[in-house]
Amino acid sequence: MGKLKSGLTGDLGEKLRAYLPIAVFVILVVVSSFLSKNFFTLQNIFNLLRQNSGTILVSLGMLLVILTGGIDLSVGSIAAFSSVLFATLLDGRSSPPMALPLALLITLLCSMAFGALVGYLVAFQKMAAFVATLASMTAARGVAYMISHAKTIPISNRLVNIFNKGSYFGVPFSVILALAFFICVALILKFTSYGRFVQAIGSNETAVRLSGIRTNFYIMSVYVISAFMCTFAGIIESRTGVGDARVSQGLELDAIAACVIGGASLSGGKGTAVNTLMGVLILGLIGNIMALMKVAPYPQQVIKGVIIIVAVLLQGKDKNRRSH
Amino acid sequence: MEEKYRVQMRSVKKSFAGVKALKGVDFSLRPGEIHALVGENGAGKSTLMKILSGAYVMDEGEIMIEGQPVIIGTPRKGKELGIGTVYQEFELANDLTIAENIFLDRLGKNGIIRWKKLFADAEKIMRELGFDINVRSLVKDISVAYKQVVEIAKVLSGNTKILILDEPTAVLTPRETEKLFDTMKTLKKSGVSIVYISHRMDEVFSIADTITTMRDGEVTGGGAIADFDVDRVVELMIGRKLSTMFPVRSAEIGAELLRVEGLYGDVFDNINFNLYKGEILGIFGLVGSGRTEIARAIFGADARKGGRVLIEGNEVDIRSPYQGTRHGIALIPENRKEQGLVLKMPIKYNMTITNIKKVNNAFGVINRRKEDELVQELVRKLAVKTGNVNNSVESLSGGNQQKVVIAKWFNTDSKIIIMDEPTRGVDVGAKVEIYNIMNELASQGVGILMISSELNEIIGVCDRVMVIDNGEKKGELIKGEMSEVSIMKLVVGGTGEWVS
Repeated sequence: MGKLKSGLTGDLGEKLRAYLPIAVFVILVVVSSFLSKNFFTLQNIFNLLRQNSGTILVSLGMLLVILTGGIDLSVGSIAAFSSVLFATLLDGRSSPPMALPLALLITLLCSMAFGALVGYLVAFQKMAAFVATLASMTAARGVAYMISHAKTIPISNRLVNIFNKGSYFGVPFSVILALAFFICVALILKFTSYGRFVQAIGSNETAVRLSGIRTNFYIMSVYVISAFMCTFAGIIESRTGVGDARVSQGLELDAIAACVIGGASLSGGKGTAVNTLMGVLILGLIGNIMALMKVAPYPQQVIKGVIIIVAVLLQGKDKNRRSH
Repeated sequence: MEEKYRVQMRSVKKSFAGVKALKGVDFSLRPGEIHALVGENGAGKSTLMKILSGAYVMDEGEIMIEGQPVIIGTPRKGKELGIGTVYQEFELANDLTIAENIFLDRLGKNGIIRWKKLFADAEKIMRELGFDINVRSLVKDISVAYKQVVEIAKVLSGNTKILILDEPTAVLTPRETEKLFDTMKTLKKSGVSIVYISHRMDEVFSIADTITTMRDGEVTGGGAIADFDVDRVVELMIGRKLSTMFPVRSAEIGAELLRVEGLYGDVFDNINFNLYKGEILGIFGLVGSGRTEIARAIFGADARKGGRVLIEGNEVDIRSPYQGTRHGIALIPENRKEQGLVLKMPIKYNMTITNIKKVNNAFGVINRRKEDELVQELVRKLAVKTGNVNNSVESLSGGNQQKVVIAKWFNTDSKIIIMDEPTRGVDVGAKVEIYNIMNELASQGVGILMISSELNEIIGVCDRVMVIDNGEKKGELIKGEMSEVSIMKLVVGGTGEWVS
């Protein structure tokens, strides 16, 4: 009897913990509605989503990387690089303006090349992900400044402006984009062999490799996907209609924090798309609440830091990490 | 009381989550004796010793040390009572010196290290154990045998009266084992009582004074070693006659499947052999002999430096496990927890990881119904005892975990299955089941390479055995020629030194 009981509570605890980020999010929504009558309006919810749509995209890419046991510090820089490259190609200061699809394609390919390089170093050269992405974080930002000469590049393309300002039934396009990618990642993780292998690699790379799976390709691919997400994030972040090498500073930290608050384990193998989305929204909401309560920016940072720690403590001990 | 005991444990009981690991065990240890504690994995030897050392707390029973009832309960208390344990896995800091490792928990007063004294003390301890070694060497630079001795030196302190060695020779070469035995004899002379947990019958009989056999949490026999022979001990351990362990081979041996010519790598050289359809070829060798590396090189897990591998007559160039599996080779690695399984993932996922193509569509979307069907079939075929295939594979017992590792390869159309210590750490029942599965695979025409360091397993299961030592092939024996003596003779090059 004793065995049965302890087994159940252990499993139950694990299962409840999986819903913790959702619960925290709901609690925060309720708290916010009490704090401000304006909060619980559709307008405000969409605002929250729109403000965070770039972070949602980047965090989803980050989640895949973290699931394999890696980390990607270069996301903010790749977003900035994409932002200026995209604007430059469209603006055509030195060359004739490029058509939107072509500009987007070239930007995507360039940033994915960054991702591929980093992924190659991590997967095939066994470089620590922290180091490889730290290097590309520095380099990509540098390239962004070189392209833009440290100036903002206005985007006059009509379609881009429609995308940035427009909405569908009141839902901003950027939010639709972020949620579409969210659904894609969630489905991939749950229903495809790709998703399963990515998670398995983070849990035990050796066992997966010895099962005849090309682990290196999977590891490399998550960095490419991360860069892909960053491109869209970079374009969304320049919603003011300019390409700017200074956007998305510190985005990597927000993305990592979102994954961790969502219960992802930095040692790999554990984390879900839903909870990562919740992680982003929890961080966003806290910023929102503090703004409503007129907390000054610097204390806000302190409070955010504390909340990250509390969130992770609530998840319980990271058994994965301790066994390593 | 005529006889004086150093330790007496009486009707010790211990359960883990409802499973009875010890069902009322008596165990006594005399001063200055070497006492062998033998039994299959899961028999309760380690649990019993962990209770004695204070790592576990017993549910019921009593322990007396030097006739005085004691309550141990914590490793620290155990240490104070003079009990030291050396576990199977080394617990050493590789980047520190030997001396630092020995005194890791007592480096110096107030956290200040007096290096001269530290090194001098360490040297003294090592000399007392019979080893003349530079204690300034880093642990990562010394051989496994020395690491073992450092572990012993670490747990020994002025008042150690009871030393527990948990399978200390599992990773040692015969020569290193002899050195360890010398150390044990030295300690014995100084009055230390040693509990020696081992699987190796020849070693038990050459070093122990007394023996206790355990099975399924109970003591099945014991007494002076002189009153026992190997067969009797093995019977007490496994609870049945040895002859019923191994299935009758029914496979027919067919055409050549695999031919290896002049294979060489970092730790092995000029390996030649072939494997036929339906054959079980044993590779006997000790840990570190190069046997595992040979298997890994054929499968593609490690790079080979030269030599040819031919499958069904065609030369293949396999450079990764992915390519290995595409050529129909499967590997059941020696360490299932680290290399064979993704422990945190469901049993189901672990079983289909090698043949995901059979259950997903062109877009990589997994057909869950198909997957469930495949998994149910595998669970049935291999008799995996599990309530729910969605549970993590971690929740299974060792034997059932091993079955999952085998199940992974069951439906992959593999022609050649390499099994590296397939029955390590599984109970007798599961062992027999695994032998039967191997037999069935062989009769389907699969060629099996079985690496093992258990002689009776090699002799019982294999059609042929090749002996590997020090990275070289020492010879080959066919069924009729195999015996413990003939195999060991090949290992030691005909001198038979180690066997005696």
